[in-house]
Amino acid sequence: MIATSKPLVSSHQIVTATKGRARVSFIGGRSFLLEAAGEFDLPAQRFIWALSHVVRDWADVAEVIPGMTNLLAIFTATPEDPEFIVGRLLEAWDSVPSLDLSGKTIEISVHYGGAYATDLAAVCDFSGLSDREVVRLHHDATYRVFALGSAPGFGYLHGLDARIYMPRKTVPSLKMEKGCVTIGGMQTGVAMLTGPNGWNSIGYADLQMFDPTSSTPALMAPGDTVRFVPDRIEL
Amino acid sequence: MIEIVETGPFNTVQDLGRPGYRDIGVSAGGAMDPLAVRIGNILVGNPQDAAAIEIQMFPFKLRFEVPTVFAVTGADGQPLLEGRALLSWCAYRAEAGQILELKQPPKLARAYIVLGGGIDVPVLMGSRSTALRGGFGGNAGRPLMKGDRIEVCALPQPLPLPAGGIAAVAPATALRDAFPVADDGTLLIRAIPAGEHELFADDGEAFWSQVWRISSRSDRTGYRLSGAPIKPVKTVEMRSHGVVPGVVQVPPGGEPIIQMSDANTAGGYPKIAGVIEADLWRLGQARAGSRLRFVRSTHAEARAVEQIVSRYVEDIERTSQMVKRALKAMT
Repeated sequence: MIATSKPLVSSHQIVTATKGRARVSFIGGRSFLLEAAGEFDLPAQRFIWALSHVVRDWADVAEVIPGMTNLLAIFTATPEDPEFIVGRLLEAWDSVPSLDLSGKTIEISVHYGGAYATDLAAVCDFSGLSDREVVRLHHDATYRVFALGSAPGFGYLHGLDARIYMPRKTVPSLKMEKGCVTIGGMQTGVAMLTGPNGWNSIGYADLQMFDPTSSTPALMAPGDTVRFVPDRIEL
Repeated sequence: MIEIVETGPFNTVQDLGRPGYRDIGVSAGGAMDPLAVRIGNILVGNPQDAAAIEIQMFPFKLRFEVPTVFAVTGADGQPLLEGRALLSWCAYRAEAGQILELKQPPKLARAYIVLGGGIDVPVLMGSRSTALRGGFGGNAGRPLMKGDRIEVCALPQPLPLPAGGIAAVAPATALRDAFPVADDGTLLIRAIPAGEHELFADDGEAFWSQVWRISSRSDRTGYRLSGAPIKPVKTVEMRSHGVVPGVVQVPPGGEPIIQMSDANTAGGYPKIAGVIEADLWRLGQARAGSRLRFVRSTHAEARAVEQIVSRYVEDIERTSQMVKRALKAMT
């Protein structure tokens, strides 16, 4: 795996198309979830990145979790008037310019197929493509880290070819190995922990992406570019 | 220094958790009953966020290797020091070599042993809590085992304690009016409707009206509830989004899951409700097999309960300072 950093221009604003409406809902008293309506795409996510930078700086916000075209804001205390918070979030959403995070490029070496690719056959059946074709479509694409979550250091990657979308399993694998390269719906990623997992494994990558003792514990960050490089294809 | 003499699985070192890293996938973790940790720490003279031992599998025994001030909070029942019954929610002093024993509490789920100075394990990402799923933090990222020897931070000034100890009124008693329980003992948990509540249509009402049982497949990550399944009127493919403890998600089977302290940081199941933050410690003390009913709440009510809890903690903090000053003056 290679991680390269671009020069210091870590972020810059770009002009993009229209922004969809958003809706805000509650989780308990202190957390507010803003979800962008419209497409699951990079333009929408750029607005989420921008919004997370704005909301993070609000004095009454404890924590911000950007998700996939959505954002959870956790406040330090339950607000007196939730509708006022909803209004503030929607106003911020409507006014933020798009923000492109041009992070580092990460190349991940993958062993496609083989013992860890427990769901490759199912992906072939669902897509109607050969295993060779599924693997090629997966490593031909360039991905962006939209957000991190679910497990320490796990990056949700956007950019999967629509031909190999694969729904999450209704019954998760009980013990999927850390390092499995997986597809979950329109997303792909590398499993960070061995354990129950509803995504579909098509290969394996041996990499360390999280170190709790480091000052930057997670290797990936939103905006990073990820490429999968076939190290071995075993079909 | 203390030595673990006997323990069940899944007893861990916990403080108030490591919030602030959910955006890189790290659960906040921390004690399931943070109120018990805060009160215990005040009693023994620690900052409220010092690390304690969370015991959820009993019996548990430890040996003090040096004289130590300690308190047991959280669960009901009586801790034993050298076989002598003590009060919970009360700070005592143990001598070197003495054994503290905790038996299965009569009703509640989790006890906290709080030690003067606090448990001294390395601080990782701002916390001493054990992150079991990530395998880091706390006692080498794993539960306590028999034979473990754990460091305790030195107290700058040893607390002068009367022989009878210094006690606080337990929150369940002091705050009885703010935390109602049904006449038949069913726990009443307040929650606010969440994003997909509308999708459940009539089943949404069934969610609030029925009594749920906490399944045995429940742990620090989440509580699975058993009852009549509830289903959304249509299935939606949700995009992954951030979640927090207290979120009540409904997986395809229709039996809700409440995410707890070791909650995943992201989720995609439809959410029917979110438990108000001030009620989470009560859930943390609810045992598998016990019953609960959700009560529809509001932000105004959540805020009021939050403030009642804050005043209770501040009151104990203030009183304990006064008592300590008085004790110092006498010595």
